[in-house]
Amino acid sequence: MHIVDGALSNPVVIGGAVLAVGGLAQGLRHLPMEKIPVAGMLSAAFFVASLIHVPIGPSSVHLVLNGLAGLVLGWAAFPALFVGLLLQAVFFGFGGLTVLGVNTVIIAGPAVLVGLALGRRIQTASLKGAAVWGAIGGALAIALTTLFVALALTLTGDEFIPAARLVFLAHIPVMAIEALLTGAAVYLAKQVKPELFDNIAGART
Amino acid sequence: MSPVFTTLDKPLNQTGGREQLSWLGRIDPRARILAALAFAITIVACDSFPVLIGGVLMALLLLVNSRLPARRTLKRMATMDSFILFILVLLPFTVPGEPMFTVMGLTASWEGLWQAVEIGLKANAVILALMALVGTMEPVTLGHALHGLKVPETLVHLLMFTVRYIDVLREEYLRLRQAMKARGFRPATSWHSYRSFGYLVGMMLVRSMERSERILGAMKCRGFTGRITLLDRHAYGARDAVFAAGIALLLVSLVIAEVSLGAV
Repeated sequence: MHIVDGALSNPVVIGGAVLAVGGLAQGLRHLPMEKIPVAGMLSAAFFVASLIHVPIGPSSVHLVLNGLAGLVLGWAAFPALFVGLLLQAVFFGFGGLTVLGVNTVIIAGPAVLVGLALGRRIQTASLKGAAVWGAIGGALAIALTTLFVALALTLTGDEFIPAARLVFLAHIPVMAIEALLTGAAVYLAKQVKPELFDNIAGART
Repeated sequence: MSPVFTTLDKPLNQTGGREQLSWLGRIDPRARILAALAFAITIVACDSFPVLIGGVLMALLLLVNSRLPARRTLKRMATMDSFILFILVLLPFTVPGEPMFTVMGLTASWEGLWQAVEIGLKANAVILALMALVGTMEPVTLGHALHGLKVPETLVHLLMFTVRYIDVLREEYLRLRQAMKARGFRPATSWHSYRSFGYLVGMMLVRSMERSERILGAMKCRGFTGRITLLDRHAYGARDAVFAAGIALLLVSLVIAEVSLGAV
């Protein structure tokens, strides 16, 4: 879900930009040069994943997978997803320029929160347990994202409250799909390459 | 298969570099990024319709001069508009004001309609200008220009790695999809389908991580010391100054129009 230029009030746009800069600074502190190849590669992987459309009834939705990004990248998910949003805005025309900060907070904020809350559990849990935590993380990230969208719209003005409510309701099926996919992805990745969840941003917190 | 970021097909020059077709494409990338940013901030700050329509026209002018394929670019814009359409459609019904018409007991107001149109104009003007000014760059040039604008080096390198491998991983993704198709996979709304997509994503992450390990090894082999040097040096010339002055002039006139219209 991208917010476009001109829709939000100035305080919300500026607040979003400030938060995004803070998040980027914090994310980059966890990324020494040595980690750039793996972070860049995973950032590219999540960019490609967001181009995948999965069917839902007669329609289809594209994946976000910010929960999975948070579980794998930790704090580094913030700059990684920012890069993806920047490229989408510049080359695809999705989203906007002044709202880039708000959009980054909306997508990457939940990713980092899920990563911090559940990352350790995924590392230590059994295979099945990790898949379940992964599914919870996938759903939680989308729920938080729509909540952040709703918050940005509501802070802008009361006239957006119905739209914000609609955004949340429309994303309930997306939460279910992201939960299933994230669970399955965690199940496979933990079996094949458990190091993936060692949190590439490192335990420097 | 075409690369993900082909906004503009450019011929190759003798040394294999891309040649820019338009005069706009030859302006210093840093100046173009700053121009897009200034344009976006100005448009978002303005409220009167003549000014916003002027902004859309200015963006269209940039689009024509950027030689982007107009049809495809406008189609992308339409895709974005379809995302925000439902918010805009709701606005006339949720903003209180002078009633326009009533459907099923809901009253649409003129004020709400104007607000919706305003958002639509702003969003489209900014995104058009952004694609015309910045979207025509090679993604690598974008990285270099951001570096020139003092964006932290780590972020620039992250961007460069990401653009470098998006096409590689997309090919990997298409190969995996083809393998699934060969085994009779057809996407549907089913448990099996979602689990398969999940495994597909998981496999892509595993493969990307393994590839990145090989890349880091190869980089170390070639003497990687934790610093990547960016070779591009941009020279800010007279032409760029003229471009910057022209954009500044147009934006200032938009602001003056906004202020004088607001005062009436």
